[in-house]
Amino acid sequence: MKILVPVKRVIDYNVKVRVKADQTGVETANVKMSMNPFDEIAIEEAVKLREAGVATEIVAVSIGMTQCQETLRTALAMGADRAILVETAAEIQPLAVAKLLKAIVDKEAPQLVILGKQAIDDDSNQTGQMLAALLNWPQATFASKVTIANNEAEVMREIDGGMETVAIKLPAIITTDLRLNTPRYATLPNIMKAKKKPLDVMTPDALGVDVTPRLKTLKVVEPAKRKGGVMVADVAALIDKLKNEAKVI
Amino acid sequence: MATLVIAEHDNETLKPGVTNAIAAAHKIGGDIHVLVAGSHCAGAAAAAAAVSGVSKVLVVDSPSYATAVAENLAPLIVGLAPAYSHVLASASAYGKNVLPRVAALLDVMQISDIVAVESPDTFVRPIYAGNAFATVQSSDKIKIITVRSTGFDAAPGGGTAAIENISAGVDAGNSRVVKQELTKSDRPELAAAKRIVSGGRGMGDGDKYRSVLEPLADKLGAALGASRAAVDAGFVPNDYQVGQTGKIVAPELYIAIGISGAIQHLAGMKESKVIVAINKDPEAPIFQVADYGLVGDLFTLVPELTAAL
Ligand SMILES: Cc1cc2nc3c(=O)[nH]c(=O)nc-3n(C[C@H](O)[C@H](O)[C@H](O)COP(=O)(O)OP(=O)(O)OC[C@H]3O[C@@H](n4cnc5c(N)ncnc54)[C@H](O)[C@@H]3O)c2cc1C
Ligand SMILES: Nc1ncnc2c1ncn2[C@@H]1O[C@H](COP(=O)(O)O)[C@@H](O)[C@H]1O
Repeated sequence: MKILVPVKRVIDYNVKVRVKADQTGVETANVKMSMNPFDEIAIEEAVKLREAGVATEIVAVSIGMTQCQETLRTALAMGADRAILVETAAEIQPLAVAKLLKAIVDKEAPQLVILGKQAIDDDSNQTGQMLAALLNWPQATFASKVTIANNEAEVMREIDGGMETVAIKLPAIITTDLRLNTPRYATLPNIMKAKKKPLDVMTPDALGVDVTPRLKTLKVVEPAKRKGGVMVADVAALIDKLKNEAKVI
Repeated sequence: MATLVIAEHDNETLKPGVTNAIAAAHKIGGDIHVLVAGSHCAGAAAAAAAVSGVSKVLVVDSPSYATAVAENLAPLIVGLAPAYSHVLASASAYGKNVLPRVAALLDVMQISDIVAVESPDTFVRPIYAGNAFATVQSSDKIKIITVRSTGFDAAPGGGTAAIENISAGVDAGNSRVVKQELTKSDRPELAAAKRIVSGGRGMGDGDKYRSVLEPLADKLGAALGASRAAVDAGFVPNDYQVGQTGKIVAPELYIAIGISGAIQHLAGMKESKVIVAINKDPEAPIFQVADYGLVGDLFTLVPELTAAL
């Protein structure tokens, strides 16, 4: 069984993001970029399924600028077998990402696509569900445990009130939550090996997908700053403040 | 112009975010209809009809909707959507699961997690874990939107909407819920709580989390929350997690105990009205957003606080 794993290149989760002075977006020049953390979890899960003999091949896909090749090399170093870059400098919104991924799924015919539940830059949380809709496949979002057997995936999902287990027929879409696994680090020998693994480059045009954005960003601003608070000396002082100043108890 | 709000419910009552989504629909303007898809869901339908500003409740009562299966709900909503300019749901795990599927089937880009309505086609939404707010304008014919509850005060009661039954769609048959393990608690739900006591890795383990924080939460009538580190370490179930990738809360009082204040955690609670932080590290970033900070060992301070209340 083949597994497709879309991986997005995003600003590293440790970076304190700064809004540009002209309010057109956030500063990306000279900022550390990494693979979206949920996509690392997706790659790890695919590699585990291959190690368990369930999967035979893992294809990592990224959509974006040339530099996404670095993200794909990381995926290859973690254990993906080959990679596809859909190269474009244009802004690609989740609906267009889902359409491009559908075009790739049509060519590659995987049985499973594992995506992150959310990209930590746009925080959209929608691409996997959209891809499932376009393919008319079932979906298991926010996965924290995956078992594949008898052409079905049994997936434990994190929902608001606790956990839910769903059984979906393959081919299917899974999106990862934080507690699905702990991604491995790419070792130096694997990073070296990854350099020789195949990486194909294609364009949205070649895939026949119209990627025109549907949402226009009018401005991007910083959140309102909370006014500085105070340190209190002890519990009595805290209770006094909460009762008499904040009036919340 | 009319808006359809998709209601999450347990067949008896509406989930907390629904009335906030209805409030967002008010801001957009026009008629507001609510869809209640469930099984034996007359109670939830009546609850939706009683929300102020709702003019019609569409009810579909069928075993296909006994559990919230996106594969079944999405085609039902897609069938109704052409009559509306906007389709809204709360940005809960339910809304996030179902609505993008609807959007893609309609060839629409979803607008996720809005916190403000500027005009019927322009909305404000947080990006980068709330470190920036983007104002976005949609060119799609139908706007598909998930609503962040903390951005909108819940619509009040007092409504008298008409209830109309509609027929069920086909069962997709490719997905089924095997089981649910829901956290049982007599405390208020995190998403709706006025006060929250939240514990982090500093709690040490699950037993200490419970023995130290439960008495405080009891005294305050508060919900319990946690950082990701506390959930990952197994102190508490996953649905306690507050943050960028957990629950977004904005209670009147949020007490962060043994939580360092990583941006991903702050993303979920920094809109709270009053924030208290208790941490032994005076440099912990949580103090930068706290209205009141108390430095010291939580195992001494928290019992002291509980006793003094
Ligand atoms: C993709 C991604 C998504 C994430 N999403 C979330 C999210 O939604 N929510 C979230 O919370 N995190 C999230 N995180 C994790 C986040 O980055 C932090 O790792 C996490 O919030 C840290 O939890 P903590 O503050 O409990 O632990 P720590 O950072 O370890 O802090 C523990 C604190 O306890 C204090 N302490 C210890 N002992 C005592 C004592 N006896 N008395 C008083 N104070 C004490 C310490 O001084 C310290 O400040 C995410 C991370 C990633 C990469
Ligand atoms: N440009 C992209 N390239 C590859 N994968 C992507 C891209 N954008 C989104 N994804 C995938 O979709 C998931 C959810 O993203 P989003 O819907 O934007 O929050 C991510 O975790 C990735 O797996």
